[in-house]
Amino acid sequence: MKEKFRQLLALFWTFFKIGAFTFGGGYAMIPLIQRETVEKKHWITDDDTLEIFAIAESTPGPVAVNAATFVGYRTAGFWGSFFATLGVVLPSFLIILAISFILNEFQDFPVVQYAFNGIRAGVLALLIKALWTMYKKSPKGAAAYIVMGGSFVLTALLDVPVLAVIIGCAVFGLITSCIAERRHKA
Amino acid sequence: MIFLELFLTFFKIGLFTFGGGYAMLPLIQEEVLTRGWLEMADLINFIAVSESTPGPFAVNCATYIGSELGGAYGIIGSIFGAACATLGVVLPSFIVILIVAKCYDKFKENRIVKGCMSGLKPAVVGLIGSATVGIAATVFIPNGRTVTIFSEVQTYVSLAIFAVCTVLAFKKAHPILIVCLAAACGIACGYLL
Repeated sequence: MKEKFRQLLALFWTFFKIGAFTFGGGYAMIPLIQRETVEKKHWITDDDTLEIFAIAESTPGPVAVNAATFVGYRTAGFWGSFFATLGVVLPSFLIILAISFILNEFQDFPVVQYAFNGIRAGVLALLIKALWTMYKKSPKGAAAYIVMGGSFVLTALLDVPVLAVIIGCAVFGLITSCIAERRHKA
Repeated sequence: MIFLELFLTFFKIGLFTFGGGYAMLPLIQEEVLTRGWLEMADLINFIAVSESTPGPFAVNCATYIGSELGGAYGIIGSIFGAACATLGVVLPSFIVILIVAKCYDKFKENRIVKGCMSGLKPAVVGLIGSATVGIAATVFIPNGRTVTIFSEVQTYVSLAIFAVCTVLAFKKAHPILIVCLAAACGIACGYLL
């Protein structure tokens, strides 16, 4: 009982640290999760981490939350996943809560408004970079380019709801992969 | 009831976004803007805040918007609103991963999952591209309150900052460095021009 409690506490604390020290979320966490859970704690193996990120990519939600839930479950069942997830989310929750109070106090100061006028242009640069990274990781080929262009045109120019496009593209991917498979067999 | 609406909206966002980083941006942008929860400029400001603080963008965003909207009911409302939105965005992944962890071997080689992902991955690229265009419009053609501060000079200033920051971003400069530099440029231009 005491052993179990200590393990849950260790899971919480490890993922709290991971949540507190990774900026930019998701993929920035991979090396840290590997060091903490594989090398230090031996909760999972190196192969497990590869699998975790493969799963995290094909399930909904932020990669960090997915990874925490998975490692927690592998290590200590349901409560393990509960405490690991709580740990990884809590730092951002507390920090952003504090920031939202501070931001409300200061956002009408001219200096803050000037700063954000500059920052918005910087954010656009960061998004362009993120877009490029996403493009490099995405599958290529005719079907993929149709989906890319199609989802862009539908949302940017035709105001189709994002959710409808997401579901439509998943179905499209399913159909094209079935057709490709059938051709491959024939 | 704003708290329930926060929970349900972020539950939907958490459930339907695949892949890390900014994959959630398109859906967050649509939900938050159409509900009038934030203005476009506020959302872009918050992306910078999220880049400069630890944690996933989606979680940060949920906490911030929850806190802002709950703030109408005082500090307790603010904390409760943040908790509702954050729980909403985290819960779908939590439940799905628990299920997957139980029947992992079936999931790994599942053709349906693989097929859907082959459509979702490029879709995210197109959707983020579309969200970026909307953000670019707000940055370069400022409207509403930004226009009273800067007028059209802002367009040229923004273009210059954007150009420098893009070069830095592709040279793998740290996002916090880029945010700080852009802030410094914004302040300097605000007082000098």
